Amino acid sequence: MTESTENKSDIDETANSTQESATPRRKTPARRQSRGRNTRSRPKAHGIGSDTRGKVLVTGAAGALAQHVIALLKENYEVVGVEFRGLQTDYPDTVDYVVDFNTRPFEDVFREHGFMGIIHLGRIRFTQSTRNRRYSANVVGTARLLRLARKYGVEQVIALSTYHVYGADARNPSLIDEEYPMRAANLMPEIVDAVELENLFNIHLYKHPELNIAILRPCNIAGPGINNEISRMLSQSVAPCLFGFSPLMQFIHVEDMAAAVLRSFERNRPGVYNVAPEDYVAYQDALQLAGCRRLFLPSVPPSLARRSVRALGRYAPPDYLIDFFKYAVIIDGGLFARTFDFTPQHSLSELLGHYRGRK
Amino acid sequence: MRTRQFLKPRTVGRDVDRLVDALPKHNIGTQGYDPWGLNPDTAKITFTAVRWLYQNYFRVQANGLDNIPGEGRLLIIGNHSGQLPMDGVMVSFSVANKAENARLPRSMIERWFPSVPFLGNWMNSVGGVIGDPKNCAKMLEREEAIVVFPEGIRGSGKPYRLRYQLQRFGHGFMHLAMEHNTPIVPVGVVGCEETMPSLVDIKPLARMLGMPYFPLAPLVPLPARVFLNFGKPMHFANDARNERDVEWRVEEVKDAIRDLIDTGIAQRKSIF
Repeated sequence: MTESTENKSDIDETANSTQESATPRRKTPARRQSRGRNTRSRPKAHGIGSDTRGKVLVTGAAGALAQHVIALLKENYEVVGVEFRGLQTDYPDTVDYVVDFNTRPFEDVFREHGFMGIIHLGRIRFTQSTRNRRYSANVVGTARLLRLARKYGVEQVIALSTYHVYGADARNPSLIDEEYPMRAANLMPEIVDAVELENLFNIHLYKHPELNIAILRPCNIAGPGINNEISRMLSQSVAPCLFGFSPLMQFIHVEDMAAAVLRSFERNRPGVYNVAPEDYVAYQDALQLAGCRRLFLPSVPPSLARRSVRALGRYAPPDYLIDFFKYAVIIDGGLFARTFDFTPQHSLSELLGHYRGRK
Repeated sequence: MRTRQFLKPRTVGRDVDRLVDALPKHNIGTQGYDPWGLNPDTAKITFTAVRWLYQNYFRVQANGLDNIPGEGRLLIIGNHSGQLPMDGVMVSFSVANKAENARLPRSMIERWFPSVPFLGNWMNSVGGVIGDPKNCAKMLEREEAIVVFPEGIRGSGKPYRLRYQLQRFGHGFMHLAMEHNTPIVPVGVVGCEETMPSLVDIKPLARMLGMPYFPLAPLVPLPARVFLNFGKPMHFANDARNERDVEWRVEEVKDAIRDLIDTGIAQRKSIF
């Protein structure tokens, strides 16, 4: 959400030079705030007589979405931000700890703070890192997070998933609801970690109801600070598209998504929810509204399409996500809207206008 | 978007513009699309050509359009023929072109269409939707009218020697009608069999191209006269005890369509 792989080598070099100049690279819990406070005991009451309603752990705290969520949470909660993507040299103020979920020191964060809730936004994106590393961080790391959540009596967990779990296919119906199978595991094995992550949460949702897990599957998140695949395409002055294909897409503004996360946290209704506005735009229309010129790539045969996408490198989405730029994956956000009384505040024109304004 | 903006003022007449503007479009978003990809501007450009085909090429005569209510969920069930989904286009346009209570019914299209460049997007933008029961259910929940040909490719891809012989109907439409309390309006389509008579299905070529069938047929549809006869709405309670019950109900609809086909054939004085 905040960094891409292309910067990794530069960052590593910077990190190495920094290490040499006596500032060790952060690998263990390194507190940036609340130093010296005794936080072993669980925070006092939530609600009447208390300044805050409790302490909340937000993962992926360096990401743009997390920064919005933390800003909203801070009005009522004490927030601890954790980042495990050790790609950056400089972290925003929202990050209190930089720690790998799979390492022992991660438990110290739980020991030190008595979390009443976790908002799990940290996930290594498809374009970041290798498949194995993604699996290890996203799935194995999250399994440990959930184990610790149970051990330390966390009362509520919000998990950020993605609409990619449904997979892109010509035979997809429109307005896919939450019961639809997660076909990505079969259609695009490269992103199987996203499906596995969901399965993990689903198992815990039913096996450990005390965790009150709500899984959010948003459509394309876009807007200021967001650096996912679709946002990169919209930011470019020339963006690739497949000749003869302009799939319908949904976008949600990062501020609306942050509001959705907060709403689901505050209302605490466990379950699986798609999050998407009832507004749609074709990909090529979106590019034009965002002020992009279209670069048409051959779409048939599929092997040629994949090869041309690979040739464009970072200027195109990864080839295993190409079907999301070919076939519509429209999700039904009705259940979330009804359950949490949620209506996005930012229009599609406003969202795409943001990218046009930057060109 | 730019192609639409270029073509629309150059092709769309005022009457087609008014016709599409007057249609109820409950689910269209701010960018001119509904969840299934319908885009009124593309529909206007397409309808300009379809209207010419409807009035001058196929000289369609539509009877019983009063049986189509102006609002509410509805399944329009017909016989499929003619290799290309021209029958679906004609049925949809006849309902959209009604003098009163016009509406744009959505047509169920084959699942392989969206994988064809341009064709998939274009069919979606004029109201086509892949024939998936989930799609159908969602549309009925949103009070849409849907044109379904339960024969599927068995009907459209059949050779000319089997003309006007109904092929096996899928039961999906009946389950949807019962579960979603939706009336069924049967429609008998006569003439589309003659628009593209197929002598044989070249199966190896179809397999090679990934198509459901490859007919040995004229390259362009022939100008056969088309007769559409819409029947009275049929209602089915959601009380079927087993699939056999459902099959009997499907046969009732098939009988109604057979009668309407016979009516259309009797009305036809010449094929072309």
